[in-house]
Amino acid sequence: MNGKWYINKGEHGDVVISTRIRLARNIAKYPFPVRLDAEGRQKVFAEVRKAVQADKSAGFGYIDMSALNRSQAVSLAERHLISPEFAGSNSPGALLLTEDESVSIMVCEEDHIRLQVMQAGLALQEAYARADAIDDALDARLAYAYDARLGYLTQCPTNLGTAMRASVMLHLPALTRCGQISRLAGAVSKLGLIIRGAHGEGSSPKGDLYQLSNQITLGITEKAALDNLQSITLQLVNQERDARKALLENPAESDKVWRALGILQTARLLSGDEFMELVSLVRLGCAAGMLDTPLEKVNELMISMQPATITAAQGRNLTSQQRDAVRAEQVRSALAAG
Amino acid sequence: MMLCQNCGKKEATTHIKSIVNGETAETHLCANCAAHLGYCDIFTGFGFNPGDFFGNLLVNGSRNENESQPLRCAVCSSSFDDIAREGKVGCAQCYETFYDLLLPSLQRIHGKAVHTGKVPLKAGARAQINGRIAQLKEDLQKAVERQDYEQAAKLRDEINAAQKEETP
Repeated sequence: MNGKWYINKGEHGDVVISTRIRLARNIAKYPFPVRLDAEGRQKVFAEVRKAVQADKSAGFGYIDMSALNRSQAVSLAERHLISPEFAGSNSPGALLLTEDESVSIMVCEEDHIRLQVMQAGLALQEAYARADAIDDALDARLAYAYDARLGYLTQCPTNLGTAMRASVMLHLPALTRCGQISRLAGAVSKLGLIIRGAHGEGSSPKGDLYQLSNQITLGITEKAALDNLQSITLQLVNQERDARKALLENPAESDKVWRALGILQTARLLSGDEFMELVSLVRLGCAAGMLDTPLEKVNELMISMQPATITAAQGRNLTSQQRDAVRAEQVRSALAAG
Repeated sequence: MMLCQNCGKKEATTHIKSIVNGETAETHLCANCAAHLGYCDIFTGFGFNPGDFFGNLLVNGSRNENESQPLRCAVCSSSFDDIAREGKVGCAQCYETFYDLLLPSLQRIHGKAVHTGKVPLKAGARAQINGRIAQLKEDLQKAVERQDYEQAAKLRDEINAAQKEETP
């Protein structure tokens, strides 16, 4: 897993794990995927592939999704390169992906083109600039579906307008433990944003990871949407930092960080849920300077220790106990006491 | 009694106010639908998918009046009922064909907003000409109504010129 985007630590990396920009685009002359027959799909694959790979320096590889086995497909979703729906879809789809996995283009997911740029930490402007440049290059080769009033035309009307979803993945262990997330969810929704658990739903999503994104796409410019998301993110970052400080001053809470590290360094079997719960505490300890494990290492574990990603990397089917053993072994070696 | 906007059967007890583009939109749901759509507690609200809701909004909104011979899109042959049922629009042309039927739902989602973001190079230029033609046609209609034939002739020439521009 060398050279992937998530190895880097970005701006405000103690709280913001990553930034993602997603643009939805459709080619005017083809029906949207919901009404597109098999022949039409093949034409869309070919046209988008040609347009994307026209610039060789961008280094996009092409993946026919139907050629992947289930764990390979789900692993792509676990790494946030594709949507879970796309991984589980029965309709054929294709994926264009750069070597470092920072740019991915889903073809015939909900729209003909779902272009996604990921960057470590908080980097909304940079990620958008990159997505915008790729979009311009595709625009020059494909005739997009567009309307002056409605903006970019999308299969689901909720995305009309800029058809841009910008989001940041936040690690909010302290605000979660203080029971502040519901208050924040209500507050950000009044500002046109939405916050949701990044892994699994419910009151405490796995790993205390949340996705904060813009909700409004019509009648707002890309820049205004990004500025709004940026300023709310910075406010959340500050609130989380204050909450962490207060939390870790309590010996009973900082003790939990040490115990979590102890289990991860010694366990022989680790389920996915237990791992995410404990690694969240360890990440909290690292960001606060209690532990000297680099955050990049923890971020990488949070990505690579997910079930399908472990199975795909092993290249064979594993029982859940075998998988828990592999996870425990790899976590032990990554976090071995220095 | 206010009925739930999702199922249309039970009394609406959950009222959600949201602000979209500076305009307030209200959603009224019964307890079951609110729970189902993730509104009963703010946490489960994280799973809320506007796409699911959109289809329901459409069905409860305007329906195709002529059920036996529904209007179909010339490109993808979707009817408005197909779009409402799936919550998905069939193709770019559907937005033209069903614009009036879609408009109430679009306004519920987005308010009365019009696009202000990025404009694509090729499609943007074409959309601009189309917008100009639509405006000229409207002006022409008004000129004819007030019997200003001199102005009408001028507008007709402008429309012809713009249409030539549109089809290269």
